[in-house]
Order: sequence, then structure tokens, then C-alpha cells
Amino acid sequence: MIKEKHLLGLEGYPAENIETIIETAFGFREVLERPIKKVPSLQGKTIVNLFYEDSTRTRISFELAQKRLSADTVNFSASSSSVKKGESFKDTVQNIEAMKIDAIVMRHPYPGAPLHLTKFVDAVVINAGDGTHEHPTQAILDIMSLKEHFGKIKGLKIGIIGDILHSRVALSNIHGLTSLGAEVTLCGPATLIPKDIEKLGVNVSYNIDEVMDWADAINVLRIQMERMGVGLFPSTREYRSLFGITHERLERHDKKLVIMHPGPMNRGVEIDSNVADSSQAIILDQVLNGVASRMAILYLLLGGKQEAV
Amino acid sequence: MKINKLNKNVLLKNGTVYDPVKQKIINGNVLITNGKINGVGDIKAPGGAEIIDCSGLIVTHGFCDIHAHFREPGREDKETLQTGAKAALAGGFTRVCVMPNTNPPLDDPESIRFIVEKSDETPIYIHPIGAITKGQQGKEIAEMGAMKTEGAVAFSDDGIPLQNAYVMRLALEYAGMINVPIINHAEDVLLRNEGVMNESVISTKLGLSGNPDIAESAMVQRDLQIAQSTNSTLHIPHVSTKKSVEAIKKYKSVFQKVTAEVTPHHLYFNDEALITYNTNLKVAPPIRTEDDRKALITALSDGTVDCIATDHAPHTIEEKEAPFDLAPFGMIGLESCFGAVNKILVKENGMKIESLIDLLTIKPRKIMEFEQDLFADGTPVEITIIDPKVSWTFTKDDINSRSINSPYIGEELFGKIIYTIVKGSVVKI
Ligand SMILES: [Zn+2]
Repeated sequence: MIKEKHLLGLEGYPAENIETIIETAFGFREVLERPIKKVPSLQGKTIVNLFYEDSTRTRISFELAQKRLSADTVNFSASSSSVKKGESFKDTVQNIEAMKIDAIVMRHPYPGAPLHLTKFVDAVVINAGDGTHEHPTQAILDIMSLKEHFGKIKGLKIGIIGDILHSRVALSNIHGLTSLGAEVTLCGPATLIPKDIEKLGVNVSYNIDEVMDWADAINVLRIQMERMGVGLFPSTREYRSLFGITHERLERHDKKLVIMHPGPMNRGVEIDSNVADSSQAIILDQVLNGVASRMAILYLLLGGKQEAV
Repeated sequence: MKINKLNKNVLLKNGTVYDPVKQKIINGNVLITNGKINGVGDIKAPGGAEIIDCSGLIVTHGFCDIHAHFREPGREDKETLQTGAKAALAGGFTRVCVMPNTNPPLDDPESIRFIVEKSDETPIYIHPIGAITKGQQGKEIAEMGAMKTEGAVAFSDDGIPLQNAYVMRLALEYAGMINVPIINHAEDVLLRNEGVMNESVISTKLGLSGNPDIAESAMVQRDLQIAQSTNSTLHIPHVSTKKSVEAIKKYKSVFQKVTAEVTPHHLYFNDEALITYNTNLKVAPPIRTEDDRKALITALSDGTVDCIATDHAPHTIEEKEAPFDLAPFGMIGLESCFGAVNKILVKENGMKIESLIDLLTIKPRKIMEFEQDLFADGTPVEITIIDPKVSWTFTKDDINSRSINSPYIGEELFGKIIYTIVKGSVVKI
């Protein structure tokens, strides 16, 4: 059903694949609602979660997806400093590969690491975030959540708000959403919008109120405080006043705008607490869909048996 | 590669002899006697002479590279003067200037003498470039006068841009006094920031930090202004952007003491080639856009840029196998140079091969004030013999450097070096 062996990113990834994954994921969503939340689809398959960077949320989501599918999993965590010290990435992964595994889910601090990994191993590689490059499974769960809410993707108007420059979530969402026919507008400080991003088929706006008026849904990115230190934005106060999804700002818009956030949130900075907890937010649906869509991805890429669903 | 001692008399027979000084093609022979030129033209072989058949080949001056890194002293695991010289021979280069960013850097007369003495034992001519500042720290100018006396031919902190404009002014004034060019690696480090590749939609797609073209052109503009106001000679290395070309062109019309070089890789690749995160394409300044690449080709044709220089920069496999962000900047370039630039400039862009040869021979020699009239009788031989029309695939086997960080591996190149003749030896590539 899916010809591409790996899932490294959504740039150039076939739209049909994303659709197939999401369709399959809705099937798994039902499994997750059952009292016994486990299926034998990946029994006998071994998956390594190779995390060179801390990521409790993504790792737990993947682990849970693997357990629900009855796969055997091994977790390997290394600090990002070990990457810098040059402890050979090649040696580590070739050792892991030698243990006869079927897939590697990798989080890495540097862009391009998953592609690099495919040169050393035969296993299926799933990118769980590579530096400021892509985070395809996050984008798929975001798109699935939009699909769940709106029933379609084509023609939807989506705002992505915040630090686009350092966001793998934004980049994967841009590729996935545009290939499925959504319209995307990016909104954030000019210093956090990367060069020539319009060439990826998106609009850029610096006016959050206009974007909120225009959009059907907005995906609010986490703003990293360390970016302030190097002057990419002047202060959180200033950020909030220009780009924050505050309660007052949301009140001013009469339509029912859907609010998303990939987490973890800085409540009171990029998003107000009562906005995040409001009925307009689908942030917790995103979390559940994260498990379901990762189940679908693992299942489809590891050639699980169809009847097992 | 096979290195043989030259016989007493060697006749290079039936080649197309191109003399870049006379700007003339002579269909004839070149006679070498006791390692020196002994006639070019309708010359007969003396009895017992060795004959090298050059039919179908171009016989011309040995190439001169004014920008290479041979890593000695300090990183002999990457390259030495000996291994670098072999790489040069394979690329048709008989004369190479080496950059001082070694460990320790070449920033005093003793280290210059070390290179000069060690180079004597190599099969080519090697000239050291001295550091502009002590320790390449960008703070205090180094002993340029004494380094010149020991054989330094230019000054550069290459690899490290001279960020401090005041020190740049002092360096230009001082070097101007002793008539030696300053070569500044022009990249404003503050504008470059963390950039590891050209800033464009490609860096955006790859999630890599971008190095904007203005990081180079802003410093090129600054350097041109300072050079003009101090009336000192400035050489601009590895020009990579259209904006720099425009700045150089503007200044050259009013100020003559400025020259510039471009590398083969900035002519051959554009930033789309980095889409697979190939660390061998991680260089400083970065591979730019197609628009920049085209501007560089035009700049060589119209004389805005004076010559080609390889910026041969060896690195170990281990270092280059790192993630793109962590891999060092630089690629080797001596062996692949001619096949690459001949393909781009002559085959694809219609440049005359004689003009290309000029860019590799008299033009760089002129910048460094080396002897240019290499076909004059009695001149120690420096000759390169080229097959200009052969298509071939560049492989690891073509590399003589101690390092193999080349993005040309697997590339089809056009034109090949067949013989390099220098320092009493004839080298069959
Ligand atoms: Zn340089």
C-alpha cells in the first residue's frame, strides 16, 4: 500500500500515503477506545527507539503505539553531547542493526541524520524529529486531527503561528498540508520566518489578528526562550502583544477558530491557559491521534497483517 | 601516476603548443634539455632524445594554484607537503601557494622557512602564504616583512575572516608598504552567524542554518574600500556571490590593485546539490544558487574575476561522516579541477580553451608575480599536457591526496591531464 520504505519527512512524500496513514489511523483510534487496547499486528517485529535528544512526549507516544501493536521494543537513549563528541553514530547503529531489528525510530538533534542512517542500515527508518528539519509523524497527527474535526483537508485555511525558523513541526506541516490541498499562512516575528519560505507555497503574514480572521484553524508553536537571548525577539511581553494567542484576542474573533498546539506549551506566553483549555482547543485530541497515527505508520511500513486490525 | 626522471633531452612532439604569454598556438614541438626549455616550435630531436608523442594533446604551461591547504604542520593525517604535491601533479599543477592556517599557523619567518625548506624536497614548487595576524587571531599584524624575506608570497588568515576593519586597514597599509597582496577570506562572521550552507529555500527545506550572500559581499565591499583608500593590493579569494562580482566589477573600473579568484566547485555546483546533506559539499564560502553560479561564469569570461584557484582543503573521512552541522568546511580539489572547469566553462559555456588555460597559468602567476614566460629558453620546465576532449568518470582511484573528501567522485568530467613535467621529472597521470 505504501511503496516508500522509510518515513524521513513530508517533503515530496506522496499525498496518497498521508491519506492512507490517516485512514488506517482512524481504524486504530477505535482500537484505542476499546477496553483491551492491544492488537497482534506487529507480533514478532522488533523496533528500536533511538533517541539522541530528550523527548518524553514523542517517545512515550511511539512506545505506546508499539506496545498496542504487540511489537518488541528496545529504547536507546544517548545524550546529544555524545553526538558532538563524535562517538561514532555509524558504529552505534550498525551494532543495533546487527541484532536483527525491523525498524528504527530516531530523534536526533541534527538535520539530515535520518537520511544518513538509511545509508548504514537495512531497517525501516522513521524520523521522530531531526533538528530544525522535519517531524513528519507530528504533522501527520496534526493533519489527522484537522481531518477529524473538519472532515476534510482540501481547502482548509490553516495558520501556523510562532517560531517558524526553528520548527521542524512547521516544516512538516507545510509540506503535508499543501500537498493535501490546504492553504497555509505563517505568522510570526520576521526574524523567525526563514528565507524564501513562500517558495514552498505558503503565505506569510505579520498580523496575527488578520490570520485569525482568515483561518479555520491555527497551529500555535512553542516559543523557545533561548531565542530571546540572541535577539531574535525582544521580550515575551512584546511577543505576547504581537503574536500571543490570548484570551482577549480570541474573544475579539466571533467565529469558532480551532486551536492546536504540538506541545509542550508555554502557558501565558504563546498561548493563554484558558485558550488552551477551551472547547476550541483540540490539543488533547492531537495527543490521542498521535498514538493512533504512529500505530498506523508502524503498521503500514512494517507490513503488518491486514486482518489483524 | 608514474614519476620518471627526465632524460637529458626530451622532445614533446606533434602537440598543439599553447603559449599563454604570446597568446598563440604553435603546431610544433617543445625540446627540454637538462630540465630546461631549449626551444619551442619547429625543433628536431637531438640524437638519443626521449620522444613523447603529444598528438591530439595540448602542451602548455604548468598550472598554478594560488589557494591550497596542505595541512603541514599539524594535520599530517589529512595532507602533507609531499602528498599535496602529488595531488597537484595529478591535477596538472606545477606551482602551488599554501595557506597558513596550519597548526601552529604560519605567522612568523621561522615557519615560513620551514615550509620553503620542506617544499624543496617535493616534486613541485610550493610557496607559503603567511598569516596576516599573529596566531590568526585577527588582533595584531604579524611579521610580514620578515616573512616576505623568507619567501612568503602573500598574506592571509584564510579560513578565518579578518572581522576587525581597523586591523584590516593596518594590514593593507603595512602589506602595501612591502608590496605583497592581502588575501582576506571575506565573510562577515556576524552576518554568517551559524550558517552552514547558502541561505535560500534549500537551506529552509533542509532545516540547516543559512549563510546569506551578503555575509560575503558586505565584507568584499568593505575590503575594496579599505584597499582603495590605502592604495594597497587586495586579492579576493573564492568569490561565491553575484553581489560580490558586482562590487568587484565596480571597483576594478577605478582601482587597479584588486584581483579575485573563483573555485571550481563554485562554478560546478549550485546549492540544490546539497539536498542529500552531502558533507563533501560543505565549504566556506558555501555553494550558492544557480544565479550566483552563472554570475561567476560570466565574471571569469569578462575578466572581473582573474583566475581559478582550487581551495583544496583535505579533511578526514571521520570528520566528514559527521552530521552536516558538525562536519568541517572544505573539499579537496586539485585532481578534479581541470576536468570540472573545462566541462563547465569550455564544453557548457563556450569559453575558448586558451582562455581557460590562461585562468590556470599566466593569470594566477601574475597575481603572485611569479615568472610567467615559461616557454622562454633556459626556463626550468613547468609543463602540463592535456587531453582536452576526453570524457571520464572521476573516482577515488584518481585521488592522490591523503584525503578523499571530494563531491566529484562519480561525476563525469571533461578533459584530463595526461602529463605534468616539472622539477626534472615527467609524470604520467
Ligand atoms: Zn577561505
